[in-house]
Amino acid sequence: MQRPATTSRDTGAKADYHRGAARSGDGAEGTGMGEVGLSGKAIIGALKEARIEFIVALPDATMSEHVLWPLSRDDDFKLVRVCKEDEGVSICAGLTSCGRRAALLMQYTGLLDSINAIRIIAVELAQPICMLVGLLAKEPGVPVVHSKIYSVRIVEPILGALGIDHFCMEEAADVAMLPSAIERAYARSLPLAALVGHRVSP
Amino acid sequence: MRRDECLKIIAKHRGDAVAVAVYNAAFDWRRVSQSPLNYYSVGAMGQGSSHALGIALAMPDHKVIVLDGDGSLLMNLGSLVTVAAAAPPNYYHFVCENGDYEANGSHPIPGQGVLSFAGHARAAGYPHTFEFDALEKFEAEIGAILALKGPVFVTLKIVPGEKSPHDFEYINSRATHRQFTAAVADLASRSTTAGR
Repeated sequence: MQRPATTSRDTGAKADYHRGAARSGDGAEGTGMGEVGLSGKAIIGALKEARIEFIVALPDATMSEHVLWPLSRDDDFKLVRVCKEDEGVSICAGLTSCGRRAALLMQYTGLLDSINAIRIIAVELAQPICMLVGLLAKEPGVPVVHSKIYSVRIVEPILGALGIDHFCMEEAADVAMLPSAIERAYARSLPLAALVGHRVSP
Repeated sequence: MRRDECLKIIAKHRGDAVAVAVYNAAFDWRRVSQSPLNYYSVGAMGQGSSHALGIALAMPDHKVIVLDGDGSLLMNLGSLVTVAAAAPPNYYHFVCENGDYEANGSHPIPGQGVLSFAGHARAAGYPHTFEFDALEKFEAEIGAILALKGPVFVTLKIVPGEKSPHDFEYINSRATHRQFTAAVADLASRSTTAGR
């Protein structure tokens, strides 16, 4: 699996942001809809609006600095760090079964690795497992299915085959859809995958 | 020790604990301790300990008992680390170790007779670990074990006992799962009322 190194908590958000933006090929620079379009504060606000209490996570480069680190310091959330993503699917299921709302943050490779758990737990047992899935290295502004990267390109067809409600967040307007998408998942007791289309800014 | 005999001993001390059971332990458990507070984890092997962690975090005032299998836990050894790090005090993890894949031709698990599940749990950070191969000793200590502050890990060296019906349709059904969800909601509401 592709496992990017996570940044140090002491590195500082701004410094890490610039390092990410200066990298070629995986950032959003020069597209006109890049990192400024996905705000970590907005994503966290959306999770709060959707009354998410528990964050279950494995670090993912798109969300690491401006979503997961701030979440880890936010008293409104309880964070469970997992060793592998399918654990996270099951932990979310346990929480959800007891009436507690949770979101699973992971990289798309973790989603691919967790397909069997998602299949039985989220789909066949119809549980509202809400996943935020970072699409590392997806070209900003390019539809997921048109990515040059095979492993990114197959994510939406796989979600479609599983019948999982999903959408890709590239801009602020997409993030604004997140609370209602989570509410819908809980109302219908069905899973949700919110794809994170590029590296998140503060 | 026979698995069903071990589970009968746990059932006697269960109280209103939630029980998360997997595969053959789940079928035996359904026979010896029927309850809407039974949560079955079948279909994604290895996930029982993780489901139970979610439940334990959601219901900190109730004991959560995991009835795991050795082949199952081998598929999710990382969960030992995750559970130990989360350190839920209400989490009691029993692993039925028979050393083979009983449902699939009894092939040996890797490391059969060599690996120590309790050793793995201890190294992962579980503060209390036990291993039993004698029913009388297990019966004598189970009460004290379930009184400990978790997470607690117990290896039960077992052989299959009386064969239980394998009702996958019941265990894998949405209805069974919703029955659990309703029972938990009822338990939570009774706890809230009692606390007033």
